[in-house]
Amino acid sequence: MQIAHLSPTQLVARIKDPGIYIETGPFTIHLQTAVAHIAEGIRLLYEDFPILENSGVADFHISFIRTRSLRPWVRPEVRFRLDSESPFAPLPLEQAFAMFEWCFNWCISRHANQYLVIHAAAVERDGYATILPGPPGSGKSTLCAALVIRGWRLLTDELTLVAPATNMIAALSRPIALKNRSIDVIRSIAPQTAFGPICQDTAKGAVGHMRPPTESVLHVGDPALPRWIVFPTYKTEGATNARPMSKGQTFMWFARSSFNYTLLGLTGFEVLSNLVDRADCFTLEYSNLHDVIEWFDQL
Amino acid sequence: MQVRRDVLIQSFARPDSVVSLTPFEWDMLVRRTRPHTLLARLLILLDEHQLSDKIPAFARRHLESARVVANNEERVLRWEVNRIQRALRDVDIPIVLLKGAAYVLANLPVARGRLSSDVDILVPKDQLRVVEETLVRYGWEAVKLENYDQLYYRTWSHELPPLRHRDRKTIVDVHHTILPPTGRLRPDPEKLLEAALPLDGTRLKVLAPADMVLHSAAHAFQDGDLRRGLRDLVDLDALFRYFGSDPKFWNTLILRAEKIDLARPLYYALHFTHLVLDTPIPERILQTSWRWRPIWPLPAVMDMLVTGALASRPLDASKSMGSFFRWLLYVRSHWLRMPPWPLVKHLLYKAITRGRRKKSS
Repeated sequence: MQIAHLSPTQLVARIKDPGIYIETGPFTIHLQTAVAHIAEGIRLLYEDFPILENSGVADFHISFIRTRSLRPWVRPEVRFRLDSESPFAPLPLEQAFAMFEWCFNWCISRHANQYLVIHAAAVERDGYATILPGPPGSGKSTLCAALVIRGWRLLTDELTLVAPATNMIAALSRPIALKNRSIDVIRSIAPQTAFGPICQDTAKGAVGHMRPPTESVLHVGDPALPRWIVFPTYKTEGATNARPMSKGQTFMWFARSSFNYTLLGLTGFEVLSNLVDRADCFTLEYSNLHDVIEWFDQL
Repeated sequence: MQVRRDVLIQSFARPDSVVSLTPFEWDMLVRRTRPHTLLARLLILLDEHQLSDKIPAFARRHLESARVVANNEERVLRWEVNRIQRALRDVDIPIVLLKGAAYVLANLPVARGRLSSDVDILVPKDQLRVVEETLVRYGWEAVKLENYDQLYYRTWSHELPPLRHRDRKTIVDVHHTILPPTGRLRPDPEKLLEAALPLDGTRLKVLAPADMVLHSAAHAFQDGDLRRGLRDLVDLDALFRYFGSDPKFWNTLILRAEKIDLARPLYYALHFTHLVLDTPIPERILQTSWRWRPIWPLPAVMDMLVTGALASRPLDASKSMGSFFRWLLYVRSHWLRMPPWPLVKHLLYKAITRGRRKKSS
């Protein structure tokens, strides 16, 4: 069964109690919350994802609770909980859906050491993956969204999971987080694209999530072989400019931006050297989405 | 007395019991084990009992993931000990590794899957200054503490304020004895240093087996408050099983406990590991240790507090009898640590500053 098979009221009721078991690639989450913003985001963005019957089994049992305050003028807030752990300060209610996505990412980055977890987006075409690392503001998520609209399969927009046994990337196919102006940019190139609730004034500015294409969600179980590594930099003007990047630099960048490279020890080194060895590495400056997508298409 | 065993305690006490767990119970086991930071330890235990093929795939992922973390901690710890040894190479004094560092460097089974990369060392009290100065010269820095906490360490504690390495961010705790000098029990550090054994291939030492067990017992039941949950008992269980295979160990342990003033904590350690984890302890040793029991009704109260604090860490509510029991154990640990009047001042200060901190955050 998929989320789309539940009516909005059924979905809200189920998420509230006993919670919903959503399968996203290798992970099953058990999400339980009465916060309507989160249920709404799930309905809009996760509709193609399978839900499991309430077996009680999940990788992460997470819940979001509206904090009670005796002072009505205090803005309502939402608190995240993973089992008995509550690692973060609460956030304003309006940001609840973005918070859900961040916390889900946090669970994976902290507890999924069966993978080398790299902070990067990744897309796939013909079985081969392109990894798009980049610090916030480099335009990695925007580029990832544009490529996905163009027909590349979405693997992930934030956490690239490399399996040590196979050196393949496991897909998550979860919604793509876009910030500020990127939301309008993507809407202008693909007006039919569905977005979740737009959360204003978060620590990262306005954040909205783009619905992953049905095709990507259906193939979430297919791993992809890393083939290209492209470090994007968005410029306000200038032509698309790709330059080869040294393997050494690429390796060091990944080692620093991986969540668990150090934890994995020798395995981390082997997986990462293998990944970088087999991939063509580039830096890529771009100002025009149309041009840059053409560059990707000729890869 | 019988303890009500939840899936967590049952799996550590009787690893074979996991074969009958349903997927739902496996899920519960993973969730209950995680906050005690015992996932990696559980995997080791199941491996040792040839039960690893009984672990369902979804649970295995989490256990394996935790093992990655534990392996890293061990690697970090070994390197850290190496660096400390190098920094102190010209300081000609006995340096005794304690707790996790000792377990790992001595390759004891208790170290397997144990999480902790902090290094604890014991040095003679008159050498504290030179050790601290040397470590600071080699890149360790005093962890930023409020003035009050600095003063607390220097006045009431059995260790220096923690030192953190400025690049590696790892912590070393330098002890001059194993319990606060102001506490009710005062084991003589001279005796511990005297009996310490050399560690092959290094100039470091570890405590003699009986002392190592007594330190762990003191840490759990005299100085500590079982805040780390089942972990303290799991450590003690592994130590008893390993050293206890030598029949001479038990008598040495009993004599040593009296000699270094740690009889009461040993009573608790024997009693609770046996009660909660089925640790095999010779009956006559258990009986001998009864003479160190506290007066009635304290044994019954401790049974209630300890089993209550361990048994259930509820997954969806923080307020429970368990957390109340844990709080009482916290108060108890302070009661044993300081004379009454300073204790009242200390707890008041902590309560007030905690209230303030909560407000300002």
